[in-house]
Amino acid sequence: MWCRDMNARSSESVRDAAGDLQQEETISREVVVVNAAGLHARPADLLAREARKWQSRIAFVNDSQRADGKSILELLTLAAEAGTRLVVEATGPDAREALDAIGSLFESRFNEHENDQES
Amino acid sequence: MKFSDFVANDAVRSHVHAATKEGVIREMAQSLVDAGKIAPGDLEGIVKAIMKREDLGSTGIGRGVAVPHTKHPSVNKLVGTVAVSQQGIDFQSLDGEPVQLFFLLVSPPDRPGDHLRALENISRQLRDDSFCRLLKAAKEPVDIQHLLEEADSHGVVS
Repeated sequence: MWCRDMNARSSESVRDAAGDLQQEETISREVVVVNAAGLHARPADLLAREARKWQSRIAFVNDSQRADGKSILELLTLAAEAGTRLVVEATGPDAREALDAIGSLFESRFNEHENDQES
Repeated sequence: MKFSDFVANDAVRSHVHAATKEGVIREMAQSLVDAGKIAPGDLEGIVKAIMKREDLGSTGIGRGVAVPHTKHPSVNKLVGTVAVSQQGIDFQSLDGEPVQLFFLLVSPPDRPGDHLRALENISRQLRDDSFCRLLKAAKEPVDIQHLLEEADSHGVVS
């Protein structure tokens, strides 16, 4: 089941451009790695590129670790195989849009076909 | 997964001669042939498959590192090797920087998990700046072998 609820998990204080203190919310959603090859180099590249389009900080979290969503190296350290559930957290002004875009990449299987010989 | 689980020690190279992307891939694949890890007759097919994967997007993942790889039915377990280019090679990296550190992987088509765990190990070690620096400074293949052993046992101490 896709968990489509985005929950406000925490908030932190940041200063906006005018120097005013603002509360920044962290929202999160669950994603599932559905492509057979898992989160290997090419999906990690796609995800990091997508994550870097947004101002928000983006993190992927599994049971034991946390990876910066904008870093391919960190995403690869998750070694997320097919079937793995990850929580994506976004903190920043465009967090909601960022989570939508990232969720769509997972749902599209990173455009991979299961009989692809490429990895 | 540890480096010793997939890196063919005899195929490690501290000074690649090639100056091009295909050249370094060919040189590394040849080193796996010389180490007896892949059959001479599979060399061309493997080089071609790795280049085809590169066409989908460079495996130069930044920080002067590339992980050229392919699946190939001729291997029944993951095999790989490590090479260092002293001058750096244009690999169309994602960050545009030349690549000095290469980790080449050939995996059986039906073992995506092993490939992921090898990538995990490589990327985890590469987050350590001293590991990258010491790899680039390797004078002989044995320096690389020792560094990989050290990373396997407790991580590189800076």
